[in-house]
Order: sequence, then C-alpha cells, then structure tokens
Amino acid sequence: MAGAEGQQQHPLKIYLYIWVFLFVLSFFSYMVDYVGFQGYLRWSLILVFMFLKAGFIIAIFMHMWWERMALITAILLPPVALLVLIGLMAVEGNYTFSVRDLFFAT
Amino acid sequence: MSESSAGNDITLEQGLSGIVEDWAQEKQTFHVPWGKAMMWIFLLSDTFIFSCFLVAYMKVRASIVAGWPNTSEVFALTLFGHHIPLILIAIMTFVLITSSGTMALAVNYGYRRDRSKTVLLMAATALLGASFVGMQAFEWTKLIVDEGVRPWGNPMGAAQFGSFFFMITGFHGLHVSAGVIYLSIVAFKVWRGDYEQSGNYEIVEIAGLYWHFVDLVWVFIFAFFYLW
Repeated sequence: MAGAEGQQQHPLKIYLYIWVFLFVLSFFSYMVDYVGFQGYLRWSLILVFMFLKAGFIIAIFMHMWWERMALITAILLPPVALLVLIGLMAVEGNYTFSVRDLFFAT
Repeated sequence: MSESSAGNDITLEQGLSGIVEDWAQEKQTFHVPWGKAMMWIFLLSDTFIFSCFLVAYMKVRASIVAGWPNTSEVFALTLFGHHIPLILIAIMTFVLITSSGTMALAVNYGYRRDRSKTVLLMAATALLGASFVGMQAFEWTKLIVDEGVRPWGNPMGAAQFGSFFFMITGFHGLHVSAGVIYLSIVAFKVWRGDYEQSGNYEIVEIAGLYWHFVDLVWVFIFAFFYLW
C-alpha cells in the first residue's frame, strides 16, 4: 500500500498482469478493424476496449487506485466537463452537416 | 513534506469522508510529494488540450459531406507479400504499451532502490519511445511522399483529413519525443547516483506518470482516429 510519503510500492505481479491484459485488449481492438465489424457493434467494441485500457493505465500504472480520494477527485472529475463540449459539438456538427447536405450535396 | 509522517497518515480517514478532511485541515491538501501533485495538474491541463483536438476532429468529421478516407486502408502496409490493414499503427501501439510496462517496472525498482535495474528499464523505455517516434516519421514520410497527403487536401477523400492527422499525431509525437529526453535525463541522474543519499526515488514515478499519460493519449488517438 501507499507509504507515508505517498510512495507507491506494490508487488511486481500486478504490473505484469496489467501489462499482459493491455496487450490482449490492444490485440482485440486491432482485431475489430481486422475482422471488419461495422456499425454499432464496431463503435461499442472500440469504446469498451478503449475505456478498459485507459482505466487500467490510470488506475494501476499511474497508481490512481491507491491515491487518496482528494487527489483522485481533483484530477478525474474536471475532465467530466468535456462531456458538455462533446455534446454541444456533436449537435453543432450534425447541424452543419444537414445544412451542407441541403446546399452543397451533388 | 515532513509533517505528513507515518503516524499522521494512519489517522487520516479513507474514501469519501477523507476528501472533507484533506481539504478542511488548512494545510497540505494532497498527501503526495509536491512534484507528483504538480505533474498530475500538468497532465490534467494536457488532457484538455488533447481533448480539444479530438473534439474538433469529431465536430469536423460529423459535419463534412465528402467521405472520410478509410484509415484502415490508408495505414495498411504490404509485409512479406501480405497486405495487412493498419499494421504499422498496431505495431506502434504494442511498442508504446511495452514501453509503459517497462516504465511501471522501473518505478517499482526505483522504490526498491535497485539502481541498475531502474536505469536499464528506463533506458529500455526511452529506446522504445524513440523507436515509436521513428515509426511515426516513417508513417508521415509514407503519407506525404507516397500518398500525397497535405494539410489542405489529399487524394483519398475529405480535405480535412491531413490537417487533423498531422496536428493530432504530431502533437502526440512531440510529447513522446519530449518524454524520451525527459526519461533519458532522469535515467542518467539515477545512474549517476544523485538520489542515493536521500534514497528518494519519487522522481522516477513522476517521470513515469508523464510517460503513462503519453501512452494513455495514444489509446484515445488509436480508438478515435485510426479505428473509428
């Protein structure tokens, strides 16, 4: 567990497990393209593998799992605001597309 | 740092009620070395920069009428007579994950005060990072020279493809290059024994945070730019 000075000392085994797991997840996300899944199946698989990889990198490799809640919330909560930007830009992008489709489509 | 002694930490509450306590005690809020807290805050700001790029990319891609180039084919290579889609990007992904693993081990051996293993693993991480940048240079050369991709247009589809490709992968490659230099400097200082006297190897973990972040960003670029 985390030491007094916030040192992160954990068994080597956990890093090796996560390492292998990240390889497997990367292989799967590559296979999504290789096999050629399309549509919602493709997007949901890509997102699931992406979030799993990101989660394990942050939690284990970057030791967020063992940090105190004050640091976890200070770092991981602000990016949630990006969901608003993503939502707004998705709506805006669809609107731009509909207008272009109306006037520029051949 | 010295006030958060071992005895003090045990009394701190864990979990959600710990947040209130950490913020309310009117002294050091984050019970980590200041360098680590600052690295996390830097990485948070970097998260927003990369997010702006990726959200802009999403917005443009949602609003174009022309078709987006098929990345699976654009980044395909013919190896040993086989045409394999997206293979170079897959190799780059595996190289970066491998480097993340060696970095995680380097941090671990640093805290064990195993200097030679720490230096070796950090050097391996930097080498893998450098090879990643090398492959990216190859990828860029192939796209610019062979495929004719420019920031203002390309023969395969939507004109915006080039500008987003160069912007996003270029900014990420810049981070990798900076990380290689950063890791080399820290590895050299560890090798020289700068931290032997204090026995404090948290600088390896702080450098590691940066390196894992570079890998983390690549996870999102791989998913959104190359696979989508």
